[in-house]
Amino acid sequence: MTLLSLKHLSKKFVTPAGAVNAVNNVSLAIAEGECLAIVGESGSGKSTLANMVLGILQPSAGEIHLSGKRLSHKRTNEQRRIMQLVQQNPMSALNPKRSIGASVRLGLDTFSIGQKSARWHMVEDALQSVGLEAEMRHRSPAALSGGERQRVGIARALVCNPRLLVLDEPTSALDVLVQARVLRLLNNLRIQRGLTYLFITHDLAVVRNISDRVAVFHAGQLEELSTTAELFSEPRSAYTRKLISAVPVVDDLEMALRDKLAEIR
Amino acid sequence: MTRVLDIEGLTLSFKSPLRHVEVLHGIDLYINAGEKVALVGESGSGKSVTARIVLGLLQELRSASIGGTIRFNGVALTSLSKKQHASLRGTDLSMIFQDPTSSLNPVFTIGHQFSEVLRRGSADLTQAQCDERAMQWLASVSISDAKRVLAAYPFQLSGGMNQRVMIAMALSNQPKLLLADEPGTALDVSVQAQTLTLMRKLVADYGTAVLFISHNLGVVREFADRVYVIYRGRIVEDGPANSIFANPRHAYTQALMAAVPRIVGSGLPDVPEVSEAFLAPRVSHGANP
Repeated sequence: MTLLSLKHLSKKFVTPAGAVNAVNNVSLAIAEGECLAIVGESGSGKSTLANMVLGILQPSAGEIHLSGKRLSHKRTNEQRRIMQLVQQNPMSALNPKRSIGASVRLGLDTFSIGQKSARWHMVEDALQSVGLEAEMRHRSPAALSGGERQRVGIARALVCNPRLLVLDEPTSALDVLVQARVLRLLNNLRIQRGLTYLFITHDLAVVRNISDRVAVFHAGQLEELSTTAELFSEPRSAYTRKLISAVPVVDDLEMALRDKLAEIR
Repeated sequence: MTRVLDIEGLTLSFKSPLRHVEVLHGIDLYINAGEKVALVGESGSGKSVTARIVLGLLQELRSASIGGTIRFNGVALTSLSKKQHASLRGTDLSMIFQDPTSSLNPVFTIGHQFSEVLRRGSADLTQAQCDERAMQWLASVSISDAKRVLAAYPFQLSGGMNQRVMIAMALSNQPKLLLADEPGTALDVSVQAQTLTLMRKLVADYGTAVLFISHNLGVVREFADRVYVIYRGRIVEDGPANSIFANPRHAYTQALMAAVPRIVGSGLPDVPEVSEAFLAPRVSHGANP
């Protein structure tokens, strides 16, 4: 069943240097429980798209439908609760003046989730579900490593019991060992809770292993929308092939695949 | 072969009134002329501080105590006066920092900053000569509208553009050693790939030796001739890049390799637990493959 669908969505920014079509007539649908990756270089429009989905930016044209119902730019609390964001940079995503617990609790208070007396419990459960200790709620962001902060970011989103997570480059600021753990965690959470992911990244190797389908963006346009398996066996667009050919690889098997895909057609 | 850089038993510790933290526990590392050597490790492993000591930046910190020897072109850096060490920076020894946009000065034009670098190499250059050379260098890093770029401030350029400006500046006095701290991590894959190709070509043209610091194993494999893997202030494995990537022998290097997601779709990477074996003694592959 379709959870989210975008119909002819566009966003135009007017700057002194002229108008920029950051997102240009994009239509796509995300099924319940699916992980859709959005791939593209900086400036391709992927974050603008996510911001429109979340209601942070108002589209210039087009429609966003959630479970078949059209979303206006003014969202109800319930509509806001259902879609949560995990940000790219764990160092700047958390308010440095707030304790970890207070940051995670904010969503519960905003959306009046659970009894007031039960909310600290819910915060602790959320921290534990991302592999952190409940005790960590008393600490400040400064006392946490990058990987721990990213987990807090995920806990903060999960505590609202969302259906869709918008993950904006959730692992690109992390070291490889930490990245592997966070990716595993995200994958397990999706399966356990039946979550839907809009996974924004420029790392195609991550995409290959976590997403069901991939939307490739280039200059605001949807360049290609394929299943992950298709994209890595027969990429249709020249731009996708260019992206694949730029992936840094670590073993010969990967190199052979990359070179094969880059040469198709 | 001549060693451009030879580090022996490098230690670093930070003193504070409350505690004394040892960050580097005896690093041994060398780079031959024209060689591209990578130092790979996670945040906090000591890779960036190593580069900053070579550059002479940490020596300025009173809380840092540094031991061991570093020879640059056969001369021990400790035997140099502050002034002599400073005169190496930007001439024989240069560095590309991780974030191009924040390492350029926001209140001066690229042209102004480029002239400053060029005059470190030859002090008597006129402004016209500086501009001419800067334009040639910008052209060599595939910047076609060099005139506009020279007149621009860093915030008016994209990250990829600023990174190329940094590379051009760093190479413009034809240094013997280039320290590159995660160049390209702030960039997109396609821009990163262009940046690496460009750096590879330029260092080959000028025979520049490179110390390439990174946590991205894929990038290291594409760029480096030889690799040192650093973990918690110790070198745990070193050897020719192809040998290390084909056959990692230290438990930590193996864990790193296993954690990298692959485009062949082998599933999400394993999650290696931190183990005692990560602290096992250093493994050295033969000097030649």
